[in-house]
Amino acid sequence: MLDIRRWIQILATVLSNAWLLFPFTKTIYQGKLKSVCVPGLNCYSCPAAVGSCPLGAIQTFFADLRPSFASGQYHLGLYVIGFLGIIGSLVGRMPCAWACPFGFMQELIHKIPSPKIEIPRIMTWVKYAALVFLVILLPIFVVDFFGYGENWFCKFVCPAGTLQAGLPMIYLQPQLRGLLGTIFTVKLIILAVFLVAMVFIRRPFCRILCPLGAIYSLFNKASLFRMMHHPDRCVLCKQCYRHCPMGVRFYEGANQKDCIRCLQCLRTSCKFGAISYEVGGALPEAGKQPVKQS
Amino acid sequence: MEKSGYTRSYVLLILFLILMVIGINAGEVEAVLEKAISICLSCIGIG
Repeated sequence: MLDIRRWIQILATVLSNAWLLFPFTKTIYQGKLKSVCVPGLNCYSCPAAVGSCPLGAIQTFFADLRPSFASGQYHLGLYVIGFLGIIGSLVGRMPCAWACPFGFMQELIHKIPSPKIEIPRIMTWVKYAALVFLVILLPIFVVDFFGYGENWFCKFVCPAGTLQAGLPMIYLQPQLRGLLGTIFTVKLIILAVFLVAMVFIRRPFCRILCPLGAIYSLFNKASLFRMMHHPDRCVLCKQCYRHCPMGVRFYEGANQKDCIRCLQCLRTSCKFGAISYEVGGALPEAGKQPVKQS
Repeated sequence: MEKSGYTRSYVLLILFLILMVIGINAGEVEAVLEKAISICLSCIGIG
């Protein structure tokens, strides 16, 4: 029996990719829903996508910053920044666990029986470098003669884009195959590396490289929804860490940057009531959840 | 047990809500739509 989070992940994946006529149209959905961002990483050049990827959208604004100013439009990307900030202020990194199709896929692939390995913690900081350089600085400052930048993360790295958009589009539109070059080969290698890593490592892309997760993680300690750790009840059994899809050591403190609020630790791991959550300081009040019997 | 105020959460929420409204008012919704309805080949590493 699937738990509620699995059903919501399935629903989010289907709703984000609900344009099922693409095998007949041979192209992407072009309706007005595309003006709305989805909370997870879901390439808007995916033929089935009905919304926009916020990471792609924000890079586009940054890449077009100079022409936008030159034309007097002054598009700073505040619509997308505001969207991400509202979600982050409300629930922090929760969309990664509940609404991201690429995160969902990583969890499914990790179920393949194999030896499981852990990554060094320092690797989890790489995503912040990707955010600063590939999403913000390079698109803004490396521009062509006309002042246009590039979507550096999408173009050179994003394995979700390669899987959801690149591969389907070259299948649907064979004429694109003549355009494939080194960049696409590099992206295919990055995708392959992560697909293999997903078997052995818990959500490797989310933990190491995802700039969208990096953005949401900045809000984890300041969002209205917050996890709570009760050290007086914690026996350091580390079951929370063993079952965590992100490898978070919850016993070291709540609301760490890689906690995606999947609630796995709360619902199935901790038998001692050492984990709870609160929303805006109110519902349910911290420490008043029943202590489970071991 | 972590127990800190939620004032900053509400301040952040209002701040980003204002930013989003400013962005919408500046026509950025249409700008997102314009980009998203065409296949950006260079964005996905093709071409």
